[in-house]
Amino acid sequence: MTSRYDSLFLDVVSRAIVPLIQIFALYVVTHGHYDPGGGFQGGVMLAASTILLRISQGEESYRRFSPSAGLYLAGFATLGIALWGFSSMLFGGTFLEHGYAIPGIDGVTLRYWGIFVVEVLIGFLVWGSLVAIYDGLTTGGMDE
Amino acid sequence: MIWEIDLWLMIILIMFAILALEVKDLLAAVGILTGYSFLMALLFAEYGAPDVALTEAALGAALTGIFLLVTLRFVSRKDSDGEEDS
Repeated sequence: MTSRYDSLFLDVVSRAIVPLIQIFALYVVTHGHYDPGGGFQGGVMLAASTILLRISQGEESYRRFSPSAGLYLAGFATLGIALWGFSSMLFGGTFLEHGYAIPGIDGVTLRYWGIFVVEVLIGFLVWGSLVAIYDGLTTGGMDE
Repeated sequence: MIWEIDLWLMIILIMFAILALEVKDLLAAVGILTGYSFLMALLFAEYGAPDVALTEAALGAALTGIFLLVTLRFVSRKDSDGEEDS
């Protein structure tokens, strides 16, 4: 666990810059299916903002985003992708064939939004797992 | 593609790579490697691959540097490669 580095400039600048990083990361995630970027890049930016808070705020950031939360986020996002992929197998397609994921909805619409759903879940997955890697490195692999 | 930008970026990239290998202070090596990743992202963007450039800028210039810095807490800061073991 990293402790807080006591510097006024670091504190003020990181507080100001983290919301901007996160908003740009959300833009990258949500526009990933027709623009440069996507779930992976946006997730990396979200993880970078969380790690910046870990470095500059210390104890407070561990209280808001606990070390186990990263693993839970990554695990549930993976579960979500798996469920989405298997649901299209259940309704007559192959794995992750978005057009069959939900019966009763037009295939073109589903294919468009299916990529979006997977991108958002990949964003959460990358965010959680990279923060978990950072926590694993700073605690030396030990539990809290 | 503008070949002058490519040429100068590649020359600076090779200089950064040699510097990162040769420098003895590992903290400086991490900093140089981060700069290398950022220039690499510029080169990818110049080649017309913004997707790869975004990935390189986010991963190489931000997170890899942080992870290497955190790893430096567990090892000695000085590079002892090539010296005789006492």
